[in-house]
Amino acid sequence: MPRRADIHRILVIGSGPIVIGQAAEFDYSGTQATKALREEGYEVVLINSNPATIMTDPEIADRTYIEPVTPEFVELIIEREKPDALLPTMGGQTALNVAMSLANSGVLARHGVELIGANARAIAIAEDRKQFGEAMDRIGLGVAQGGIATTLDEAMALLDVSGFPAIIRPSFTLGGTGGGIAYNRDEFEDIVRHGLAESPTSQILIERSLIGWKEFELEVMRDSHDNVVIVCSIENIDPMGVHTGDSITVAPAMTLTDREYQTMRDAAVAIIREVGVDAGGCNIQFAVNPRDGEMLVIEMNPRVSRSSALASKATGFPIARIGAKLAVGYRLDEIPNDITKTTPASFEPVLDYVVVKAPRFAFEKFAAANPMLTTQMKSVGESMSIGRTFKEAFQKSLRALETGRSGWTVGKRLQDDRLSDDSLETLRGALRQPTSERIYQVKRAFLAGLGVEELYELTAIDPWFLSQLQELIDAERAFAALPSLDAVAVRRMKQLGFSDRQLAELHGETESAARERRWALGVRPAYKMVDTCAGEFPSATPYLYGSYDEESEAPRSGRTSVIILGSGPNRIGQGVEFDYCCVRAVMALRERGYETIMINSNPETVSTDFDTSDKLYFEPLTLEDVLEIVHREQPKGVIVQLGGQTPLKLTRGLEAAGVQILGTSPDAIDMAEDRRRFEAVAREIGLIQPPNGTATSIDEALAAAESIGYPVLVRPSYVLGGRAMQIVYDPASLEQYFATAVRVSEERPVLIDSFLEDAFEVDVDALCDGTQVVIGGVMQHIEDAGIHSGDSACVLPPYLIGERDVRTMKDQTVALARALGVVGLINVQFAIKNGVVYVLEVNPRASRTIPFVSKAIGVPLASHAARVMCGESLADIGFTEEIVPPFVSVKEAVFPFNKFEGVDPVLGPEMRSTGEVMGISDSFGSAFAKAQLAAGNGMPLSGTILVTVNDSDKPSVAPIARRFHEMGFALVATQGTAKFLRARGIPVSTVYKVHEGRPNCLDMILNGDVQLLVNTPLGKHAQRDDYTMRQAAIRNHVAYTTTLSAASAASDAILALRSRSATVRSLQEWQQDIHDAVTVGA
Amino acid sequence: MADRADTPGFLLLEDGTLFRGTLRGAASTTVAEVVFTTNMSGYQEVFTDPSYSGQIVVMTAPMIGNYGVNPSDPESGAPQVAGVVVRELSRHYSNWRAEGDLVSYLEAAQVPILEGIDTRRLTRHLRTVGVMRGVCAAGEEPSAEVLAALGACPSMEGLDLASRVTTSASYQWGNPQADRHIVAYDFGIKRNILRLFDDAGCRVTVVPAQTSAEEALDLAPDGVFLSNGPGDPDAIAYAPDTIRGIAEREVPIFGICLGHQLLGLTYGAATTKMPYGHRGGNHPVRELETGRILITSQNHGFAVEGSAESIPGAPALEVTHVNLNDGTVEGLRHRELPIFAVQYHPEAAPGPHDARPLFQQFMESVRKSRG
Repeated sequence: MPRRADIHRILVIGSGPIVIGQAAEFDYSGTQATKALREEGYEVVLINSNPATIMTDPEIADRTYIEPVTPEFVELIIEREKPDALLPTMGGQTALNVAMSLANSGVLARHGVELIGANARAIAIAEDRKQFGEAMDRIGLGVAQGGIATTLDEAMALLDVSGFPAIIRPSFTLGGTGGGIAYNRDEFEDIVRHGLAESPTSQILIERSLIGWKEFELEVMRDSHDNVVIVCSIENIDPMGVHTGDSITVAPAMTLTDREYQTMRDAAVAIIREVGVDAGGCNIQFAVNPRDGEMLVIEMNPRVSRSSALASKATGFPIARIGAKLAVGYRLDEIPNDITKTTPASFEPVLDYVVVKAPRFAFEKFAAANPMLTTQMKSVGESMSIGRTFKEAFQKSLRALETGRSGWTVGKRLQDDRLSDDSLETLRGALRQPTSERIYQVKRAFLAGLGVEELYELTAIDPWFLSQLQELIDAERAFAALPSLDAVAVRRMKQLGFSDRQLAELHGETESAARERRWALGVRPAYKMVDTCAGEFPSATPYLYGSYDEESEAPRSGRTSVIILGSGPNRIGQGVEFDYCCVRAVMALRERGYETIMINSNPETVSTDFDTSDKLYFEPLTLEDVLEIVHREQPKGVIVQLGGQTPLKLTRGLEAAGVQILGTSPDAIDMAEDRRRFEAVAREIGLIQPPNGTATSIDEALAAAESIGYPVLVRPSYVLGGRAMQIVYDPASLEQYFATAVRVSEERPVLIDSFLEDAFEVDVDALCDGTQVVIGGVMQHIEDAGIHSGDSACVLPPYLIGERDVRTMKDQTVALARALGVVGLINVQFAIKNGVVYVLEVNPRASRTIPFVSKAIGVPLASHAARVMCGESLADIGFTEEIVPPFVSVKEAVFPFNKFEGVDPVLGPEMRSTGEVMGISDSFGSAFAKAQLAAGNGMPLSGTILVTVNDSDKPSVAPIARRFHEMGFALVATQGTAKFLRARGIPVSTVYKVHEGRPNCLDMILNGDVQLLVNTPLGKHAQRDDYTMRQAAIRNHVAYTTTLSAASAASDAILALRSRSATVRSLQEWQQDIHDAVTVGA
Repeated sequence: MADRADTPGFLLLEDGTLFRGTLRGAASTTVAEVVFTTNMSGYQEVFTDPSYSGQIVVMTAPMIGNYGVNPSDPESGAPQVAGVVVRELSRHYSNWRAEGDLVSYLEAAQVPILEGIDTRRLTRHLRTVGVMRGVCAAGEEPSAEVLAALGACPSMEGLDLASRVTTSASYQWGNPQADRHIVAYDFGIKRNILRLFDDAGCRVTVVPAQTSAEEALDLAPDGVFLSNGPGDPDAIAYAPDTIRGIAEREVPIFGICLGHQLLGLTYGAATTKMPYGHRGGNHPVRELETGRILITSQNHGFAVEGSAESIPGAPALEVTHVNLNDGTVEGLRHRELPIFAVQYHPEAAPGPHDARPLFQQFMESVRKSRG
């Protein structure tokens, strides 16, 4: 059947901001789906609040609404756009839930919008735990024993069936949010309450724990003619009990006989039919008892997912693209296999390689969080690696994580591997409880003499995987004992996936010495293609991976090529926004006729889609792996400034190896990052920096802080995302900082800056071609200085900052770009205090605000940057004057606090947000309100506001409180704040602090009597009371602010929301205003 | 499994291409046709499938031996392949059903395993140039003896291998009290076919390939099955007469793989050797009547000439299935008689079960014919 002719306009819902469990994979899927629909001639309307994505760039959809992904806003878009159909399966759980809500409320029926890809009935069966269990029963498949509860009492009753440990799984939540494993009644009650609160239908599943069972996933697709294919099987190394997103996983399944695999395949086919996904894909999870092969169904997701993105990258079968085509009526056999071009998509990919995915965590940023891995996902990113064998892929995936390990290595210190001492008892105890470091503990255990059998007892990791790991240990020992190394010995180790760095460590030499010898011995990798068919058919798509095998397949085009280095696994501080920049660069350079070569290890991204670049190398972003590709490709040069810190860190090594770096020179990068060199530049062009110093020892640091004056901001040099950055108020705290957070040494200096309290902070992004500089955007932070720029909301163009100061910052940015000789992007951070403009930081590279600014000004800055780096001037490109848009754009950060219980949500200099949203409107209040709604921070329009602020904030809170009062809000405050406000004529009632008695402010929050919490921490030591209140607010979904500037912005937003009804407008229309206005600054 | 000493070994193809690796299991020099299969699981089924008799099988899946071997998965009494080529052989296995390791299993059957080969390079070579003969032997360089052995290796074309692997005497399979009786011609039959007949309520008399039509009909079958098997269908000169003899009596006939090719030959079709065959578990086949796509298990190097429209020379036959990758004939039926066959393997093992309903279809045909 050809494409449906009865529908013309399709609404696609994106997944909103990046959160744990829902990340860049939905940019990849959504972009692919949108492109696939448009190439069929459909008109695509897209909604997504996330500006850092390729999918929300104006060229991707016909009309793009950067609006909150909520039922209310989607309804407004439906009213305005009148789409014929809605595709809900490309935007994760968020899109699915919004679509269900619109289906249930009758909005879709009223507007005649058809759900395509998955219908409401199928979504309900798959997502509603009760209906799903019944469906499995109908087709004779088992699910874990247990039952459904909608109240705590019902849950308690189910304990008789499940026993302990019990698994709690909420309905309709993403990444297992609100779920967990309970070992006792206390934990059980706690998780049940949380789960009921997180589930939009207040429904949870309580089931018997299958901890220790093997876990598998199948990716399944079905077309409207009931043809079904299995795209990929995935086996988890970590057994049941660890969320699949947190597990190291392998494709294809390694330990299933064909009989077992086919039983699972038959089950998957039956499930997709019974659930009724009639034109699309799903992911199904199974548990298998290792003792007798008993197979149970765990769950099904009737949509694209993180696993489907992984499966697409692992097999070369683009699930989202094919899913979109199926949704509009095509059959699988009518769609070509995009890799072979000659065979149809109605087949099952076969792999002649092994794929390993490893999760990346961010526990270092959430020290108070429980590090145990459970059924609720906690990782923030992942690496994927491809090798010809499991061992090769496994080691590559670990070095691709960029956590400082060169592969499967033990940490230098015990605590690096989350161990408190070196006793076997401690090790055994740790191994029983999965954490992010368990795989390294396994290595310590092998080295300590534990065998496969005992490790299986401790970890329930399948003996096959453990034996593979044991082989790595044996190989290491044999290699280390070799008196001299020949090509055979080195090649054997490389085939096992060992990096040069690992081999160097085994022989006590430097990485470069190991590499020199390997090269001298002629041991080089071969590059093989991912072709969906294990070589059975010719493939024209250069999707490549490296392996120490014989034959390289990478074709050479003879065209001038450019390598773009990607940003590796997502982490806090380096996420989808850098992938966005890399993809824009690829698009621009492809258009200019260059052969574009992408290197990246992150399977979630658009950059690793095989048709984004001319050639894709799915490889770790280490010096070794990049040098090998450069050696093979001999490019014109390498772009390092778009992928964040990952490629930037490689600059020196690449330069030393004679590789041409395109754009800003490595020396200029060093000048910006080296404190002393930068000071000289700043002095020369007359910039003011906050008093600062560099220290290479604790004593030096104390002395520097003394001369600068407290409070000071301390941080290690060369970090991204404010890692280990702290504001320190006295010498004792500074010593504490070195004791707990950071080691300081000659090689690892620490930077110390005067901390400018209550200053305004501003980010400026600009583009420079070596001579001309054009300002991209000036963004004012909503939060005060001291809060990481990635965590602060910001607004463009700035408000509340004088024209003179804005002028000064622009001039200084221009001067800096010229002085450094920037060719490409530059980001400067300023602070303004008492009429003085200070330069805080300069980054001669793409900043995380580039996608936001590009959308706000309607100019693809990263594309232009890539062209500049390849030699064009800004005049050639036609971007010569700053654009000041005639509307307001607000960016707000989104935090993972609901995943990390016990973590204080107070913001600071260390970045902790995972994603961002954008609000666009013609006023600040309205744009800020949209950004808040998009970030999930519901703004109350009436009700009660609880105010409790520290003494220094009291004068500033009074006008804000007055506004709230005048808008009709009831004000409640703790004693000190109340007294202060009353004295200024603001009516306010008093409530006890937590320790003062009952009922207190915590009771009010828990009882739902507070609609907005305005709380600022009490100086340097946030007190227990404040902390419990903020925790309660998060868990009860009560809006809260922890800075006064945010509270003031909130009052603007509430005023805007109360004054006018919400409207929606597409990005294309906003950008048209820019062209119409011809408002030119500078 | 004890680690064995590394013995250098190689595979030399008849066009002179050499692949060096490590020899495990039996170290004897082996000459045979070299083919590749893309099955990702089911190595034990592949190695015991009599259709692979006389072939050195290259596994494109790179990790082989992971789940060991067990007594219930083999497709015949012992390994049938002449040799095995893999990228990596697991030193350890893990599976609740496993009772031993793959190397010992193949070694006991005198099957050599060449490990450490760039199997993707080898596969791409065979795909580009076509399958060919090869020799697998110990050592670094081919000796004169090895070259002579390769030279003496007969081509697969014209080779009747079915007579070599067929049962020497007929035997029974399944419940003796079963309602239906199937006579199965063994050209190299896979056990899963017999298991599925048993599941369908049949008893099966498995007869040698050269059993005459009269002898078969004397067994009073409700239906006759023509099995899969190795070698060139054209070389099984005795089969068409036998098949015609049975068909004339309007006994329902069902053929799989070689059985399908023999049915084609019986009614005037030609068979041809394919450049590199179909071997794997992921081939899409269209059922022409319904348009449905089946993901099928395949293992054949010869095919019935024709296309979706017709089979030249065989007006009595119509095409029921075609391969979506290359348009080759994957199924046929007789326009008048209760005879149908498929080129692929509905019994799977290894491979997907999409086509299993064909066994029900045969049962239906048997039921109708018996009245």
